[in-house]
Amino acid sequence: MFTGDSPIYQQLAARIADDIVAGTYAEDAAVPSSNDFATFLHMNPATAGKALNVLVEQGVLYKKRGVGMFVAPGARSQLLKQRRADFPQQFVHPLIREARAVGIEPPELAQMIKEEYIP
Amino acid sequence: MTQAIELQSVTRRFRNDNALEDVTLTVPDGAICGLLGRNGAGKTTVMSLISGQDRPTTGQVLVDGEDPFENEAVLSRISFVRDNQRYPDDYFLHHVLSIAPEFAPSWDGELAAELVEGFRLPRKPAIRKFSRGQLSAVAIVLGLASRAPVTLLDEPYLGLDATARGLFHDLLLRDLGRHPRTLLLSTHLIDESDSLFDHVVLMDRGRVVLRAEAEEARRLAMCVSGVADAVQAFCADYPVLRSHSIGGLRTSTITGRLDDDARSRAATLGVQLKGASLQDLAVAYGSGDSLQDSSKEGISA
Repeated sequence: MFTGDSPIYQQLAARIADDIVAGTYAEDAAVPSSNDFATFLHMNPATAGKALNVLVEQGVLYKKRGVGMFVAPGARSQLLKQRRADFPQQFVHPLIREARAVGIEPPELAQMIKEEYIP
Repeated sequence: MTQAIELQSVTRRFRNDNALEDVTLTVPDGAICGLLGRNGAGKTTVMSLISGQDRPTTGQVLVDGEDPFENEAVLSRISFVRDNQRYPDDYFLHHVLSIAPEFAPSWDGELAAELVEGFRLPRKPAIRKFSRGQLSAVAIVLGLASRAPVTLLDEPYLGLDATARGLFHDLLLRDLGRHPRTLLLSTHLIDESDSLFDHVVLMDRGRVVLRAEAEEARRLAMCVSGVADAVQAFCADYPVLRSHSIGGLRTSTITGRLDDDARSRAATLGVQLKGASLQDLAVAYGSGDSLQDSSKEGISA
């Protein structure tokens, strides 16, 4: 479920962020509690709480005392912006590294992307 | 954060053998702490001391700041079922369930019943005829349903089938969410319980070799694998905990951060790099060829 590549709380925070972008949790809707995540994902409740707090610090979630955590207004567009900013590093760099390794030239690569993009 | 469990320089000597040697560890209030190490590392001895069933030869054991030995107030707050717990020969399950509340002031009969049903524990035969997995299930029922503020689970997984292990995790986390408590859990199934822990203590031959927050422990070490020469070149600057070679291939577990520097060196040398899991660490420290110096000192974070 979790990989060893990055801390578990970061992986859970990223997963919740992905779900917000995908529309699973709408703005001002509640997200599951840290205990819900802990029980569902068989993980430590404090670690789950840390993931939620990371998202609160980023302004993606907000707390209602005694009620729970909610998706902040504008969270989705904020996360989308972040993901676009991360796109070159996360996806383009590895793609180009592999293209170089196997000898695919830029025009051929561009052609491949075009064909994949427009089905 | 206050400490629920504290061992200070504890040594426990049996005749001429030191079962525990200068063990210092703390478990914060409300933590889920994994107690890891090979057979004979001293895990059950640590639990016996915490639960007041044994006394240290030297050093101090504190539970909620008090010595648990013959201390009724503290003992009523502790639950400990040994991995080899014996029951009277004529005992059936219902005997154990009816006597348990006398030892556990916060006993929850409903939770016990739910666990008994989930584990499919039989009313007959007598407990002495139970299988290894069924005995483990009884220990889990007693451990969780007692809702003791300090709960010690010694090898709760022994002989448990996969469904039962999943059920154990489900009910453990659900009940901990509603009734927080401090949990110390010893296990060899480290990969399976890894994500439950927020703290870990790793023991080897009676000593603590690592104690840290789990997140921190997972970042202390990494595993390098690939062609032997390249792996050895990569490891030159790191303390090597354990190496394993087959043919021209080699895997080494080394202490050090998996950072961008390490990643780019790995890419240059053409070796695979991954963060060491708690299980990797336990295997490395338990394999005996770890650095004598560093294992004597122990590492903590």
